[in-house]
Amino acid sequence: MNNSQSLNFIIGITALLVCVASTFISGRSQKFRHLRWPLVALSLLFLYNLIFKPTFFALEITDDGYLYGSLIDILNHSSKIALLATGMTLVIATGGVDISVGSIMAISGAVAATVIVSPYSSLILAVFLALLVSTLAGLWNGILVAACGIQPMVATLVLMVAGRGIAQLITDGTIITFHHPAFNAIGNGHLLGLPVPAWLAATIFLIALALTRTTSLGLFIETVGNNRTAARYAGIAARKIVWITYVFSGFCAGIAGLVVCSNIKCADANHAGLYLELDAILATVIGGTSMTGGRFYLSGSILGAILIQALSTVMYANDVNPAVIAVPKAILVIAVCLLQSDRFRSRIMALPVFRKFGGEPC
Amino acid sequence: MDILRTTGISKSFGEVQALKDVDFSLEAGEIHALMGENGAGKSTLVKIITGVYQPTNGSIWFDGADRRLNSPQEAEQIGISTVYQEVNLLPDLSVTENICLGREPRKFGFIDWKAAKERARKALAKLEVDIDVSANLASYSIAIQQLVAIARSLDVECKLLILDEPTSSLDENETHQLFQIMRHLRDQGLAIIFITHFLDQVYEVCDRITILRDGCKVGTFRACDLPRVEMVSKMIGKSAEEIDSMGHRDFSSSEQALGPVILKAENLESRGVVGPLNFELHAGSQVGLAGLLGSGRTETANLLFGIASHDAGHLEINGKVANKSTWNPRKAVKVRLALIAEDRKLTGVIPDLTVRENIILALQASKGALNQIPRRQQDQIAEEYIRRLDIKTPSPEQLLKNLSGGNQQKVLIARWLATKPELIILDEPTRGIDIGAKAEIEALTDDLCKAGMSVVFISSELEEIVQDCQRVVVLRDRRQVGELAGTDVTMKNILKMIAG
Amino acid sequence: MLKRLRFPIRYVPFAATVAVFIGAYAIGAISFKNFFTLRVFVNLFHDNAYLGIAAVGTGIVILSGGIDLSVGAVIAFTGMLVAKLTACGINTGLAILIALAVGILFGILQGTLIASFDLPPFLVTLGGMFLARGGSFIINEEALSILKNPVLDFIEDNLQLSLGNGVYLECIEVVYLIVLLCGIVFTQWTPLGRRIYAIGVNEQSALLMGVPVARTKIMAYGIAGFCSALAGIVFTVYLKSGNPLNCIGLEMDAIAAVVIGGILLTGGVGYLLGSLFGVLTLGLIQVLIMFQGNINSWWTRIIIGILVLLFIFMQNLITKLSDKKQ
Repeated sequence: MNNSQSLNFIIGITALLVCVASTFISGRSQKFRHLRWPLVALSLLFLYNLIFKPTFFALEITDDGYLYGSLIDILNHSSKIALLATGMTLVIATGGVDISVGSIMAISGAVAATVIVSPYSSLILAVFLALLVSTLAGLWNGILVAACGIQPMVATLVLMVAGRGIAQLITDGTIITFHHPAFNAIGNGHLLGLPVPAWLAATIFLIALALTRTTSLGLFIETVGNNRTAARYAGIAARKIVWITYVFSGFCAGIAGLVVCSNIKCADANHAGLYLELDAILATVIGGTSMTGGRFYLSGSILGAILIQALSTVMYANDVNPAVIAVPKAILVIAVCLLQSDRFRSRIMALPVFRKFGGEPC
Repeated sequence: MDILRTTGISKSFGEVQALKDVDFSLEAGEIHALMGENGAGKSTLVKIITGVYQPTNGSIWFDGADRRLNSPQEAEQIGISTVYQEVNLLPDLSVTENICLGREPRKFGFIDWKAAKERARKALAKLEVDIDVSANLASYSIAIQQLVAIARSLDVECKLLILDEPTSSLDENETHQLFQIMRHLRDQGLAIIFITHFLDQVYEVCDRITILRDGCKVGTFRACDLPRVEMVSKMIGKSAEEIDSMGHRDFSSSEQALGPVILKAENLESRGVVGPLNFELHAGSQVGLAGLLGSGRTETANLLFGIASHDAGHLEINGKVANKSTWNPRKAVKVRLALIAEDRKLTGVIPDLTVRENIILALQASKGALNQIPRRQQDQIAEEYIRRLDIKTPSPEQLLKNLSGGNQQKVLIARWLATKPELIILDEPTRGIDIGAKAEIEALTDDLCKAGMSVVFISSELEEIVQDCQRVVVLRDRRQVGELAGTDVTMKNILKMIAG
Repeated sequence: MLKRLRFPIRYVPFAATVAVFIGAYAIGAISFKNFFTLRVFVNLFHDNAYLGIAAVGTGIVILSGGIDLSVGAVIAFTGMLVAKLTACGINTGLAILIALAVGILFGILQGTLIASFDLPPFLVTLGGMFLARGGSFIINEEALSILKNPVLDFIEDNLQLSLGNGVYLECIEVVYLIVLLCGIVFTQWTPLGRRIYAIGVNEQSALLMGVPVARTKIMAYGIAGFCSALAGIVFTVYLKSGNPLNCIGLEMDAIAAVVIGGILLTGGVGYLLGSLFGVLTLGLIQVLIMFQGNINSWWTRIIIGILVLLFIFMQNLITKLSDKKQ
């Protein structure tokens, strides 16, 4: 075995051990319990690659000084989902859902690209306007849901359908391509060896974490999602909480849109973020947040995003058509749903096999 | 001739025994009232008869045979039918469909709508109702919807009809119409169980009355043999002598100078819901709201706290006038008001949050999201109240849903006490709680008053009201029927007002 | 005579749908030459038949109070299945029957998961969508053509109804109209159809009234699976090839068509006939834009979004009005 192969193995075993250790640690702790199953899945993936395709763990440092390899790819590409999932988690926590985030991404990219190819071309202006428009889109959703009382799926369906049309309106029907070094850095650049999108996702995650845990916003969101009536009785402004989550979701989608736009160096209104909202919802649900609302787990959603991307990257590395990743995703969705369903759990726990384990809920 | 007989029916939910050895019988061709306060076991008995619950012990005999009822559908099949308070039909479907659903007449395998409409019309005609059966159920008033529900029951050829609080949403005319129909059906041999809290109505239309209390049957009486006051006293479980001798805490000796008026309600009304209400509360004293179940007490609490808005009259709390259109719980909390509401599951318990989070919730809400209470202080507050109220929980981080009902209630009380209110509304604070916890909560409310808090105390436990309240506002049928103060606050007087 | 209040409110959304369609058609007829022809009208059916069939299934599921996100993926999957089976030499008719059976089973599986374990329909059918989409790629990674299929060629060349002026009513439209008609008869005149409405209005009440809720739900999803499969077969025949990338996002179009058709997303309210107008309106908007020439095609999405919004507001308003009455 030559040097690079043994290096791969070392990296692979380290990754696996970290995962497995995290699984056990989180299993024991009350606070991080929800991370257990995603970590198990991740561990299994790493194990598979360690045995069958150790080159998966290959890491190189390129001439430009940044890390390169499948693991980095996962980090990079999962950022888009992670960004969306951060906002989506808060929306789902209030008992709602936002299926328009993919379209908001397209709008955001369209605005940014338009600014960049215009005479006022500037990174700051492009980013600012794109995020402004995305946040307003989130506000629109929030108004429909909180003020008008429209069911969230239906309310966000409007923007989901119309959003790509609006994006095309902004780009005048074309796919705007551009070359802007500073802007390109958003999607393609590296900081301290790691991809910028990953830094962005991490930053937004930390911002969301700070917003929800160092203030009582998180507590109020969970209360509103768990028992809206009781929240009102306790003096919480439920409506305001709800629309704040949609605004934030729009903002996150805006950032994700900038990343995609920068990544492909153009604004593609038709394909930017296509179906990504479903991945975001999946990531959130894998992470432990229930679709009925209540307790939410931002860290779980990030891990869920990483898991989904890891699945995709593994398939790619093993020469499987990446579209087939849809099948394991399907299994994931159903498995998570079943695990979250009380009826399913009580039936399973009633089976003689599990009675031995003392009925400890998974 | 009996149509229904329950023998020795008992029902337990875990450790709580809802019904103890109830023997109940019903004759064909009678209207029978089932009365009882909260926790009496009334709704449990009905749910057993209608197949929603299965009894832990005892048997049911119906229409000639012993029965095991495993579901409401089975009950309906043998002829026991229920019309619920919220009607529970399908408002977006037509009247015809609501009556015929599941039994539509067929023609060549397809539904014969013409025949179905005819059938619906006939069923309604039995009740002397003539409406357009093609219209949606939702386009008719509740009164009509109830009659459609009854028509459906008749169409299923029921032999026992249970009417659960049918008159709550009806006006006087509609109620009279309903009673006419009930009498008509009774004369044709139908047995009707009538559940209501309106005492007048019980005497107007019922032949016999069965009273339940604390899960046991107190007795079955003919309506004409049971004077109102006696019925009420049986419902609350005190005999006439006990009532007479019921002491009232003597306030005259420790004559506290009446503090300033801290709450004033003048002609306060929510039309069609409750009111008009007129009473005052002085700082440091306690006013009780007495009345039977359904008399409008919770609605009053909701009005005071801003959950529901009033559309007439004047409400002033701690000097601040409550604006009709904008009064809400957050404003109420700002003027140091707190509400411990009746339906804790719906309005109070946040099941997936921890005990600590539930306790500090209202306090945090009053401070706003940005001004987070430091974790250490949260822990301190939680521990303080866990100790003071003796909340049985393995730790403050236990999820609220894992606590017993009594302890959940204590957590909710802690939630509001943590906001250090000056005025607190307690709506049935001891409802549905085991004896031990009950006593603790009663002692606690006692201490609160002694500590100078002003309390609006709502309870169907008249004993408590008599013991602790300097003033009592009596409600009946959603109206205020009287106010008692000082030495006039006796069980007897209250009962007289309630019974009318 | 007891008091009563009367509105024909349940017809308002449907009436609005028809009005929008007629209005849009009128705009077209007035603005463009050659618009108000039979050919254009028939083409509207021809081009949107597959969506229409899918909308019938989606409509039934939505009426039952659920939702089906797997529609587009199942269309692609059954299309690929038929293409692959016929390429392997299996009799066309048999291939179609197999595809239909697969669709029904798929729907029943989804329905069973939803009904037995009380799982959210959104997520279960999302999983179904992933499964079917992935399955399409597993069958074949690229598009598969159905060339030189004697049965299908025969159908295409000969099974036509001449309507004069060189306009023909072809097999696809007829299939759609038959499915629509069956759907309408099913929802209005069969006990199962009415039970589907019942659980859509209020599941608890329906249960108390003796409706077998779980079984009814499963049947609704089974029917939707059948419709998606049939739509897939129609679509594949239409394009003469199966493509795993087909109809991505079609479920949203089907939902939009159903909403514009006057069916409430919460269930229990609306008429399947409305889905016809919803689908035709969607198609009409595209045709209008094509005729106009210089309005860009993305306005389609925006207009559809606006229509969906308007209908949602209208439904919301109607619900609030009828609640207030009580």
